[in-house]
Amino acid sequence: MPWTKLVSDPASRWTQADGPHAEVALSSRIRLARNLDKMPFPHRMSEAQAAELIRRVEQGVREINLMGLSSKVELFSLADVPALDRQVLVDKHLISPQQATQAYGRAVAVSEDESVSVMVNEEDHLRIQTLLPGLQLEEAWRIASRVDDALEQRLDYAFDPKLGYLTSCPTNVGTGLRASVMMHLPGLVMTQQAGQLFHSLSQLGLVVRGLYGEGTDATGHIFQISNQTALGKTEEEIINHLRGVVQRVIDAEKQARQHLFRENRIQIEDRIGRSYGLLSSARVMSSEEAMKLLSDVRLGIDLGLFPKLSLRTVNELMVAMQPAFLQRMAGRELSPMERDIRRAALIRSRLAA
Amino acid sequence: MQCERCRQRPATVHQAIIINGNKQESHLCEDCARELGVFASAMPSHFTFPNLSIQQLLSSFLGQEPSTGPLLTRSTEEPRCSQCGTTYSQFSGSGLLGCPHCYQDLQPYLIPLIRRFHGTTMHTGKVPARTGGTLRKQRDLESLKRQLEEAVKQERYEEAARLRDAIRALEGGKQRGGKAGAVD
Repeated sequence: MPWTKLVSDPASRWTQADGPHAEVALSSRIRLARNLDKMPFPHRMSEAQAAELIRRVEQGVREINLMGLSSKVELFSLADVPALDRQVLVDKHLISPQQATQAYGRAVAVSEDESVSVMVNEEDHLRIQTLLPGLQLEEAWRIASRVDDALEQRLDYAFDPKLGYLTSCPTNVGTGLRASVMMHLPGLVMTQQAGQLFHSLSQLGLVVRGLYGEGTDATGHIFQISNQTALGKTEEEIINHLRGVVQRVIDAEKQARQHLFRENRIQIEDRIGRSYGLLSSARVMSSEEAMKLLSDVRLGIDLGLFPKLSLRTVNELMVAMQPAFLQRMAGRELSPMERDIRRAALIRSRLAA
Repeated sequence: MQCERCRQRPATVHQAIIINGNKQESHLCEDCARELGVFASAMPSHFTFPNLSIQQLLSSFLGQEPSTGPLLTRSTEEPRCSQCGTTYSQFSGSGLLGCPHCYQDLQPYLIPLIRRFHGTTMHTGKVPARTGGTLRKQRDLESLKRQLEEAVKQERYEEAARLRDAIRALEGGKQRGGKAGAVD
């Protein structure tokens, strides 16, 4: 199965944490919404039309592989993927939760290193996505735009000279671009600056969401910051604006961390040490609790408290400890208590490694 | 023992709460216990965002729409897309259009909405490489001319000369492109 490797390893390109400012910016993502001309949007498609579209995208994927990306892209139908494996793909940010729940007539193309994915028949015919570690919006855009060009070699896009790329929902019309950065902001939360910051971001035309996109919670002090509107500015302008603001948020977060460490060193070390103690000793742990404690440990790594631990280990744990992944590893469905026991065991062994 | 809440799954979580000497017992399955927050002491507090999707946001825009578009109530025939049949009220219910052609047929209703959400109705970004050929060239030309104007204004003549050459080259290419189009 082409997806077996994807769902059996929690690591992906972004979890490597080898991008700029990875201690604050977990990952940078570019998403481009594209649709084919003379075809109803996915929610109005017949089964035959959905299958026809997937067949045409297969041609486009061949073009992507000809353009010389560093890793091969493979397309597979989501109807063939078991529900649990689909959930793992969501946990890895390769498909959206919506794409996982209605798998029929939908497909996804993913590159071997998981930095590129193309969702087929989600809200739009195509959702091209690139995901890189750290703050690398320009590079993510460069790759996404090349993938877009390769697909367009074979597919006739719905494009209007005035309105730009036509999308199923008019909020995405224009560039079809959503650029976002996943940020770990414990310093701003602890110094109680986060609320004020999010208020200012909304006035700058940016949106703050939780870890898994719209309507999700910000567990573990992780927030996703992205552009609100997609029309009237060039892609470069949208990305530059977001990058500029994100850079200032990174600076503020770093200052907050240093301030906390300077002024309340013993309390911070105590808090982080306790969190590490719980993670390395607990026998039962919910994912909410684990996310909160891992957030402290992630901060501790940046403050130099855990010379033997890497951001990469924490990033991978954040994926591996999710319910779907734990069940995938167990090879069966698990009760909530069984999951909490296995999660605690997994975290203990990874932290000790 | 059955779970006393759902009466379906076996009760595996047993809890006794003693308040002022009165003991209250509960016997729940794991799922119900979780829903009721029996394990809440172990749960951290975290931020929760209002569950507001773009579609919901859009419907709130749409709620105040009819005054700016042509009057919907006056016409007996509801506006609909000639290609896919999507009506304006179907769109305002879901926030989703039916096909790319809807943008043309429902344009009078969509344009005010797009302007209100994005603040503009003019795309200035990327143009498809293969099918958007002439438009792409036109956009590049406009951008070069703006840069030339700026360079001349700031007396950067070397750069201006380079830009002028680039514009000439592109305009030459455009004419050739036009001829090729006529042959097609």
